[in-house]
Amino acid sequence: MSSTPRIESKFNMLTRTPSLWLGLILLTVVILTAVFGGLFYDLDLQKAFSSSPNLPPSQAHPLGTQAEGRDMMALLIVATPATLLIGLIGGSVGVLIGTILGMSSAYFGGTFDTLIRNLVDVGLTIPPLALLIMIAASFNVVEIGMMGLVVALTSWMYPTRVIRSQVLSLRERTFTHIARLSGVSHLYIIFVELMPNLFSILAALFVNAVSVAILASIGLEVLGLGSQTQTLGRVIYYSIYYAAMWRGLWWWWLPPILILIAIFMGMFLLSTTLDEITNPRWKRAG
Amino acid sequence: MTPNNQLIEVRNLTRVFKSSGNRHSQNTAVDDASFSLRQDQSITLTIAGESGSGKSTLCMMMLGFLKPTSGNVLYKGNDIYEIKGVNFSNYRREVQAVFQDPFQAFNPFYKIDHVFTVPMHRFNIARNKLDARRLIEEALEKVLLDPSNILGKYPHQLSGGQLQRIMLARAFLLKPKILVADEAVSMIDASLRAIILDLMVDLKTEYGVSQLYITHDLSTALQISEKILILYRGSIVERGSTKDVIQNPQHPYTKLLISSIPLPDPDKKWKNEAGVDFKESSDISDKSGCKFYNRCPFAMDVCISSHPPTYQVGIDQGAACFLYDDNEIISDISI
Amino acid sequence: MNQISLLSVDGVRISYYLPNRTIRAVNGVSFEIMSNEVFGLVGESGSGKSTLSMGILRLISPPGKVDTGTIYYKDQNILLLGDEEFRQLRWKDLAYIPQGSMGALNPVMKVRDQFYDVEWDHNGSKSRKEIDERIMDLLTKVHLAANILDKYPHELSGGMKQRVCIALSMYLEPKIIIADEPTSALDVITQRAVIATLLEARQRLKASMILIGHDMAIQAQVADRIAIMYNGYIVEIGKTKDIFNDPLHLYSQHLISSVPSIQHKQNIHEIALAGLKRSTSLRQTDIPKLTEVKPGHFAAI
Repeated sequence: MSSTPRIESKFNMLTRTPSLWLGLILLTVVILTAVFGGLFYDLDLQKAFSSSPNLPPSQAHPLGTQAEGRDMMALLIVATPATLLIGLIGGSVGVLIGTILGMSSAYFGGTFDTLIRNLVDVGLTIPPLALLIMIAASFNVVEIGMMGLVVALTSWMYPTRVIRSQVLSLRERTFTHIARLSGVSHLYIIFVELMPNLFSILAALFVNAVSVAILASIGLEVLGLGSQTQTLGRVIYYSIYYAAMWRGLWWWWLPPILILIAIFMGMFLLSTTLDEITNPRWKRAG
Repeated sequence: MTPNNQLIEVRNLTRVFKSSGNRHSQNTAVDDASFSLRQDQSITLTIAGESGSGKSTLCMMMLGFLKPTSGNVLYKGNDIYEIKGVNFSNYRREVQAVFQDPFQAFNPFYKIDHVFTVPMHRFNIARNKLDARRLIEEALEKVLLDPSNILGKYPHQLSGGQLQRIMLARAFLLKPKILVADEAVSMIDASLRAIILDLMVDLKTEYGVSQLYITHDLSTALQISEKILILYRGSIVERGSTKDVIQNPQHPYTKLLISSIPLPDPDKKWKNEAGVDFKESSDISDKSGCKFYNRCPFAMDVCISSHPPTYQVGIDQGAACFLYDDNEIISDISI
Repeated sequence: MNQISLLSVDGVRISYYLPNRTIRAVNGVSFEIMSNEVFGLVGESGSGKSTLSMGILRLISPPGKVDTGTIYYKDQNILLLGDEEFRQLRWKDLAYIPQGSMGALNPVMKVRDQFYDVEWDHNGSKSRKEIDERIMDLLTKVHLAANILDKYPHELSGGMKQRVCIALSMYLEPKIIIADEPTSALDVITQRAVIATLLEARQRLKASMILIGHDMAIQAQVADRIAIMYNGYIVEIGKTKDIFNDPLHLYSQHLISSVPSIQHKQNIHEIALAGLKRSTSLRQTDIPKLTEVKPGHFAAI
């Protein structure tokens, strides 16, 4: 009979997984550069025509400049946090909606549940990009907050389904019955009894939703349907617009792609590791 | 409404489950069950049945977790699916349960203290934190557990036997009027069962808690209950004093059940092998007629066309079988 | 009736090697299975009885390992046989009915095909007609109707699945049948039918049976001799009647008095207290070697 509580033993497991560390390192590097880069680099250089256009990488411009005379390094330092923010907004809103809908649908059942369940089942079969293009093209997306909300429109469905099935099974567990016999309200049961058992799944879902949101936003921006703010997708869009690839201006399209790869790999590794931990097989690891 | 003497009353309770795939097939899990417990006595009533008998469905309906298809569950005269407010809170406080799997009964996220603190807070049981702590410790000691070994631990750190006793401690603390024990010892090692059963008897004799003991094990039923109902595929086929029903069963199903129980005595082997039942209950959805028809060695024509009422077969014994149609039909189903 | 020794288990120790600790599941166990007998192996969860049966059938895989000991069948130590040689033995000589009827049956094969599988896996020589005749014969013996042959396992009830498993295990006419908790999760009436079927099967084959379980009442009904396991050790072994009349080890007494009576009302309080005392005693004492206290009746006291 061990004496370590379950939370501790899971943390120990976390610290022992190499994939988690790699994911965290990748993400940390990207985030730190995005957040603090401005302290070490002059961000005014991202403005159009602040330098000569199309310059290859040099000491003055470590990543060169692009067709509008913007310094690439500065541009990326500004664009990365914007993309991450869209991901954060899109992912959070998506998971929030998913949690609320999934939990109430599963717990209260009835016609509401049937409605949500069918909506999600159908919605998940629609190609998300098609849906997003329709929505983005109909509205004039001006800034990244709106962009975040638009991509949340596709990232809420999967969390709803996952949380719904989890809550359905938790609802029938004996400890839920005991809670009801203790006289507490349904809301109490949802938030105090059921929710804590969903924390690890929510964490994994959140990471997943953020990735989905970023991907969706890049998809839209590359097609020219993004906001006016400088984001990684927008940088790539303009590199296509100005035919950077044919003109050999590799310092324009390669760096944003590498940053995106780092972000996605980091997210993926984080999410699969969290996924492993939420596997019920670990629940009796004491 | 005239005040009645019934603590809990189950009246013509029926629950039908429709199969989602096949539109036409449905399963009547509980079929017109009626019984009651009186307020002025504390007894243990066994609801005995094999799997598929409907005992779990009956349990869920009595605890307010599953609405019946027809019929009522009345607590102190009120239909539990209609009452609100104070009446409902009282019902929640006064009817408690212990379930089959002790590991599932605890929320793995919280320490085991959680099962005490939540209802104590909700039902305003303790005056202050110190009082609460004292009450919990007393309850744990009552079930022969040492509070210092138990409090502050997580469920996965304790054994099944300990967890089940904690559930009983919770019942001791809440002092309900009725305790529903759903297969409370089925998942406990045989050598530990006596302790749990003994505690349940204590609850009844010292604190006056009536109990509904749901089980498939007739031997334990004999040891701790005064009255019994035998369920077969949703219907109550025999009822009455536990001793009489077990030692002198009248319904063919009860007879088959009791003769199948192995005795722990090499000199008392199972009698006539010819009495072994190799048929299993059929899936034919039988609208009318006795459900035991296809397995009954005494089956008659009338059994296939009508459902037998419960006939008086002893001072405190009733059997739903046409073999006894010369006897009186029991009208008062209160225990 | 002269009995010969069929299976001789000597000093078998099986352990599980986990990353942070080693569990000694079976701690140096020795016994013999005689011909034409029902041998009961009794113990509660954690006693090592299932691990032992897995060991005899060489079904222990890492992190489990048979550390030491020999198991002799027909003058051969089966623990040392090659995989292919043992595979021939398994099912032909040693049949196994696993715990929970799910185990032996392939969920995506009809019952009929499962019988064919057994035949072709081990003999491959009989014609379809011969096999079908044999199957029908076996089904009658387990009181099942021919119509179950075209069904899938999930279409059968628990009791029927178990009887199919019994019929399958009988197919190659084994000398020893190992039945591991054959009636757990079955209701009392079906349990009796399954046990009756098992006994009939064994008698016809004149095979021996190792019946593994935790229910002393069933053992009283069917076993000729019983070995009682506790914490990986055998604490008592002897004829069923001898053990029930005079249980020598504390744990045997504990198991026997844990079966509640269906015949008369007992004093539950006293039984509970006595049980508690015994459990505490058991936890505190070591388990010595088995000694022959009376002829044929051994106990670890």
